[in-house]
Amino acid sequence: MSNPNALLHRRDVVNELLRDRADLLVIAGLGAPNWDVSAAGDHPNNFPLWGAMGAASMIGLGLALAQPKRKVLVITGDGEMLMNIGSLATIAVEAPKNLTIAVLDNERFGETGMQKTPTASGVDLAAIATACGIRTSRIVRTMAEVTELRDLAHEGRGTVFAQIKINPEALVFVMPPADGVILTTRFRQSVLGDEALYN
Amino acid sequence: MAEAAKSRAEAAPALPTWPDEIYRVLKDAGIRQVAMVPDAGHSRLIRSFEADPETRVVTLTTEEEGVAMLAGAWLGGERGVLLLQSSGVGNCINMLSLPVICHMPLLMIVTMRGDWGEFNPWQIPMGQGTRPSLEAMGVIVNKVDEPDLVASTVQGAANLAFNTWKPVAVLVGQRVLGAKNFKELARK
Ligand SMILES: Cc1ncc(C[n+]2csc(CCOP(=O)(O)OP(=O)(O)O)c2C)c(N)n1
Repeated sequence: MSNPNALLHRRDVVNELLRDRADLLVIAGLGAPNWDVSAAGDHPNNFPLWGAMGAASMIGLGLALAQPKRKVLVITGDGEMLMNIGSLATIAVEAPKNLTIAVLDNERFGETGMQKTPTASGVDLAAIATACGIRTSRIVRTMAEVTELRDLAHEGRGTVFAQIKINPEALVFVMPPADGVILTTRFRQSVLGDEALYN
Repeated sequence: MAEAAKSRAEAAPALPTWPDEIYRVLKDAGIRQVAMVPDAGHSRLIRSFEADPETRVVTLTTEEEGVAMLAGAWLGGERGVLLLQSSGVGNCINMLSLPVICHMPLLMIVTMRGDWGEFNPWQIPMGQGTRPSLEAMGVIVNKVDEPDLVASTVQGAANLAFNTWKPVAVLVGQRVLGAKNFKELARK
């Protein structure tokens, strides 16, 4: 029996977000979100970060603007999102239709020993995103809502922000390649074709 | 009337041409995304890009956002430029890990403060720290102090960045920009 009040499990959430991913482009924030995305299957259309904390949402913006026909999904942690929370203002103003930001909110800095983040004290990231002007912005607590979010990401009808409340569990690391040149080159080759190798 | 207009024209300092020159250079380099936190020294260039339907000008809340955004642009096959004041370089330091370790191009055009003729003591620490902190992170730095050399310096930096996948910063010195003195302005 599943308890409807139980917190979601992060790997279930990410597996569902990446189900039938088609040509979705995925940016993963450093730490556990990177391992979750990699656990769902290493893929050339993933750009998993191993550092540059705070970069995920803005890499998503630059990519979404450069590739308006493709759908971009950023999957990151609450700590990573908070490190560049101002980017929600920047992104709201640019309003790319093809960008979805999914924050896996365990209310912890998981990677560094499970210290509490501001969301543990009630800081409402979805409300911040709404106040910035991202109209489709929500807190997600059920798998049905995760499925809706997955569909929204594929529809590309406006910038989407979701703060997904998840269990603060520490799981086994599943790592993608760590070499940034490999990650960059295979992503560009996959998205832009072999020409990417020549310029 | 004509006399008055003439003497006004003589009295007004000639507008610098380098912002228009680097606009052309950046267009020729294929720049599509312009990320910036404004500085007075960049205002003319920013206006040119804003008037250009082919370029997207994105106003950042902090300069490090621009480093990440232009990494995303590169992943998606677009070229960009980051326009910032020297103080904003300090906001970028850890984010520079991204283009450095991923061998991505990054073109930064930095207008200097705390450099030559500065009046504001608070600009000195980061102004003097701009070059060493960029270099400590592995960014190639080209400084220009002559208005006539700004365009060719930016052109060389763009070629270097996009052909060799390196982060490159052009520092435009206060000798080019002209040092303001707010104390004088306050007395007027
Ligand atoms: C600039 C910077 N500060 C601190 C760290 C250390 N650090 C690595 S991961 C992490 C926490 C990430 O937390 P969150 O994004 O919430 O992800 P979680 O692991 O909790 O899912 C921190 C603080 C870092 N890598 N970079």
